[in-house]
Amino acid sequence: MSDGIQTAGGAGAMAAVEAGRTAPLDTASLRRRFPVLEQQIQNHRLVYLDSAASSQKPDVVIDTVRDYYRRDHANVHRGAHTLAVRATDRYEEARRRMARFAGAGRADEIVFTRSTTESINLVAGAWGSANLGPGDVVLVTEMEHHSNLVPWQLACEASGAAIGAVQMTDQGELDLDDLDRRLAEGRVRLVATAHVSNALGTLHPVEEIARRARAAGARYLIDGAQAAPQMPFDVRAIGCDFYAFSGHKMCGPTGIGVLWARKELLDAMPPYQGGGEMIEEVRVERSTYARVPYRFEAGTPHIAGAIGLATAADFLDEVGRDRIHAHEQRMAALALARLADEFPQIRLHGPDPATPRAGVVSFTLADIHPHDLATILDHEGVAVRAGHHCCQPLMRRLGVAATARASFYLYNDVDDLDALVRGLHRAEEIFGVG
Amino acid sequence: MLESIFRELILDHYRRPKNKGALEDPTVTVSMRNPLCGDEIELMLGIEDDRVAEVRFRGQGCSISQASASMMTEALAGRSLDDALSLERRFLDLMHGDDGAKADRGLGDLRALQGVAKLPVRIKCALLGWNALDEAVRAYRKSGSGVMGERLEFADMTADVPEAASPPPEFDPATHREELPE
Repeated sequence: MSDGIQTAGGAGAMAAVEAGRTAPLDTASLRRRFPVLEQQIQNHRLVYLDSAASSQKPDVVIDTVRDYYRRDHANVHRGAHTLAVRATDRYEEARRRMARFAGAGRADEIVFTRSTTESINLVAGAWGSANLGPGDVVLVTEMEHHSNLVPWQLACEASGAAIGAVQMTDQGELDLDDLDRRLAEGRVRLVATAHVSNALGTLHPVEEIARRARAAGARYLIDGAQAAPQMPFDVRAIGCDFYAFSGHKMCGPTGIGVLWARKELLDAMPPYQGGGEMIEEVRVERSTYARVPYRFEAGTPHIAGAIGLATAADFLDEVGRDRIHAHEQRMAALALARLADEFPQIRLHGPDPATPRAGVVSFTLADIHPHDLATILDHEGVAVRAGHHCCQPLMRRLGVAATARASFYLYNDVDDLDALVRGLHRAEEIFGVG
Repeated sequence: MLESIFRELILDHYRRPKNKGALEDPTVTVSMRNPLCGDEIELMLGIEDDRVAEVRFRGQGCSISQASASMMTEALAGRSLDDALSLERRFLDLMHGDDGAKADRGLGDLRALQGVAKLPVRIKCALLGWNALDEAVRAYRKSGSGVMGERLEFADMTADVPEAASPPPEFDPATHREELPE
């Protein structure tokens, strides 16, 4: 809130708006929007606690994709017939929708990709080949998902640049002092971090990182795969240069992702892949390339995926991303308190329970291996993920080979937490611990 | 169903594995990792006259992978290499739910793992140690001794950072406020 004088009525109205924005979700009604959740697994109600890996799909997204194929499908761009025009209009409308979703200033800053992973590979390949060389440094973090790590390793191998990693604190947060040290030390050309940690749920201070990266003359790429599904974000307000996210984690189809990048950066980047759609004029020896974003969309795109993703964006905004974010924080806090209370031998990873985090709870229980936990929980109908969560450097830092991860989304509630707790007690019983 | 998989004997091998450790002078050492789940086994064989004279393993992972490796080392000791490979085949049969293998007393404690056959995604856990054995015998027969399968480690993430040079041009987000084209 500004430091201007507020009347009592004004403050009250603001509080009411704030309360509305974060009012509790009606999870029971929301759950009915997701057909897949209406089933039994191993004779138990399905309790899906793996949305950080991939969310389930609401009826509207499924219907949109089906209806598109039943009514409007043709290849996009350059077509003269009615269906081609219709498909193109819907595809480009989806691009404008995703620009608004991300707070982008222009629709032509939105490149449709296959996934967050492809978005990052696009930047590492195209921007990296034009901007990285020996003596340059790409700065990642110890907590990155492999898809925000390996593309940079490849780009550094190809260009002769070096890769460095910002350390995390024992609380699972980024060490901003270490970021400063590394920015001051060398020729950092790009900083790449997640917005939200997939393994720990940590919310990173991206505005602050953007400010520091910019002050050091470095570009900043954000892996938004875990943030886009559950919190509002505005790429211009953050002040980053690249923002990558996926459709399938935010109630959208698989196989569709988004890269947002500043127009002038895209304009200066060479193509990523060659083929149809991305060219202007082709001769046998050489071609000229289409303007952005088409330069980066070689081949027939995932048209139905983009249209379905736009519907998913509508769905999330109707529910309210502030409310989803608040709900995830509440569920994480409840889960952390409950698990600590019920299981003396549990080890909870990630930020201090008092610190807000996304709806991700990563844990190990006594000497029960996370894969064994996941098998036992599955027999109780509870789906969790077990393993290194594509974060092997982080697992090393935590001193564990693997963790179990329960992730809560807009359709999960306290009943689901109860089911998780019951399943974990069952695991204790089978392994004779507790 | 769960009790038929996580049997006491399996949990016992998981918590108190047999032949855990390293050989001082192994004939063959094979490291295996399941890249999907991160389970690891390092198997060391001391081979004399085509027999498994000594066997040790190190590793980390789920109860099924570690118990299976522990049971395997117990069953291997003293066997000829041909016999070891035949044991491996019978264990594979067990993992495919074969009734003959379930009744095969020669498999010893390994029969406790038969419930894993009902969990297709976990069979690979039970096979990790056996894959290492297969690789070890193959390596021995090819070259007489050796070390196979380097540990997969990530590159050094804290490489020395070189001197600063000119930074990329300044970009001011405040000038970047175009409207969405409609």
